[in-house]
Amino acid sequence: MTVTRAPRPDLLAVAGLCHTYGAGAVATVAIDDLDFEVGQGEFLSIVGPSGCGKTTLLRCVSGLQHPTAGTVTLHGEAISDVPEGMALVFQDYARSLFPWMSVSSNVEFPLSRLRLPRSERRERIGESLAAVRLDAAADKYPWQLSGGMQQRVAIARALAYRPEVLLMDEPFASVDAQTRADLEDLVLDVWRRFSVTILFVTHDIDESVYLSDRVLVLSRSPASVVADIPVGLPRPRDQIETKSADGFVRLRAEVARLIRPARGAETAGTSI
Amino acid sequence: MSREHSGTVERSRLPGSTFLLGLAGVVSAFAILEAITRADLVDRTYLPPASTVLIATAQLLVDPEFLGHVASTMRAWAFGLGLAIIVAVPLGIAFGAFDRVYRASRALVELLRPIPSVALIPLAILLFGQGLQYKLSLILYASVWPILFNTIYGVHDVDPIAKDTARGFGFGPLSILRRVALPSAAPFVYTGIRVAAAVALILAISAELLAGGSQGIGTWMLLVGSGSVDRTLVYAGTVVTGLLGLAINWVLVSGERRLFAWHRARQAGS
Ligand SMILES: Nc1ncnc2c1ncn2[C@@H]1O[C@H](COP(=O)(O)OP(=O)(O)OP(=O)(O)O)[C@@H](O)[C@H]1O
Ligand SMILES: [Mg+2]
Repeated sequence: MTVTRAPRPDLLAVAGLCHTYGAGAVATVAIDDLDFEVGQGEFLSIVGPSGCGKTTLLRCVSGLQHPTAGTVTLHGEAISDVPEGMALVFQDYARSLFPWMSVSSNVEFPLSRLRLPRSERRERIGESLAAVRLDAAADKYPWQLSGGMQQRVAIARALAYRPEVLLMDEPFASVDAQTRADLEDLVLDVWRRFSVTILFVTHDIDESVYLSDRVLVLSRSPASVVADIPVGLPRPRDQIETKSADGFVRLRAEVARLIRPARGAETAGTSI
Repeated sequence: MSREHSGTVERSRLPGSTFLLGLAGVVSAFAILEAITRADLVDRTYLPPASTVLIATAQLLVDPEFLGHVASTMRAWAFGLGLAIIVAVPLGIAFGAFDRVYRASRALVELLRPIPSVALIPLAILLFGQGLQYKLSLILYASVWPILFNTIYGVHDVDPIAKDTARGFGFGPLSILRRVALPSAAPFVYTGIRVAAAVALILAISAELLAGGSQGIGTWMLLVGSGSVDRTLVYAGTVVTGLLGLAINWVLVSGERRLFAWHRARQAGS
């Protein structure tokens, strides 16, 4: 198979990024010198052992957290605060939904700042709730839903916002295998239709290869880049065909091998 | 992690049986009291039979003079509580929302809070005499604390992920305060008001009892208590006061259930 990748102009650049929580004796180095670029419209998956600093990385990229050193540049400008047009789907989805708002109000929340006409807001809410198959739950409250449903509300909210850059932190952790496959294809569909740039953190090696243009493998804590693997599999991808192709099988083996030494003896039993 | 279904579990705990058990408790206590007094185990002037008190209570509830006193107490209560809300809620938001102010105000608040309001009655009499101002100042002081505290902590302890979510979608600090911190703190503010409502009633009646004045449940009790050896009316007045407290609490608790179902569900789940 030919592995060709259309050259894309860089949209986002992470340079010399370091982050340390706390100071002195209680300091935790979460990220140690990360460098990578993400092209316009690229789909980048990020894998790495639990606790290695993936959430910290996404928080720094989103502008929610100031890194202790290094820079994140978007469109050539260093990010100092939350930039316009970026959305983060939190790993802690339950806490990121507002319990006093119904599901549809939660999805509407970010749209209320954009001054969209009412009809367009309605349309986007309906469309994104339908995409995650939650149209029937629009008037329910988050605490009336299962964990997987809450996770899908958080995804729908980010999709309705139509960001230029979408950061997703293990967004499918609480859904069953079939829903997960459906959501993977949904994200791919949205990615293609709106030419979003996606940074996607996952523990699932198959998922990282299936979705992305590149897989970034991070080391054990503190995070640094172990490998940056281009995924040249043809698109559109298909759950059955793509996942049984030789190229896919080779790539997932490669990612798995890279993660294994990175995982080390520390957490031999955990799934990555 | 997942909080699903917690709301329904909470609600299915048979409210009917709780009510029946409560009723059974009240009826038994009534019967025991009745038996003790009818058997002349205690002097009837100290403890009249429960049935006598009950009849007197029923008569009081239609006695216009007594109801005038109740209305006077309730006016002071409502006015004092209203003032406390107007003062304490904005102050609590300001103290809770800004971390600097929060840390600066904490020591002062912790220092003033343990002073029991009743201990301030002599001071209040000195400052305001025995009129409405005196009563109001005490009610205000007593009810400001629970509201202020709950508001400060409610606003200060908003889930950082909820705030980050709004910030991530480009909302500024003021929008986050209005659209995330305040709704999230609202159940705590409400609880503060509910506690303050009970405290305010206690203070209103204590103030009347200690400094007389011309109107109010406490004043009325002083009058009927000193007028005769028969304590039946004093007991009946006490029962009415208890019922008043119960009614206020019942109204406020049912309001809380309706307004903040999401908060109960969340607490039950976590
Ligand atoms: N607020 C914080 N204060 C102090 N240390 C923190 C904080 N948040 C994270 N850490 C530490 O930073 C390191 C990286 O955490 P992070 O949450 O970024 O990991 P992660 O890769 O997202 O993990 P997981 O895969 O389990 O989600 C961990 O050692 C963690 O203990
Ligand atoms: Mg994480």
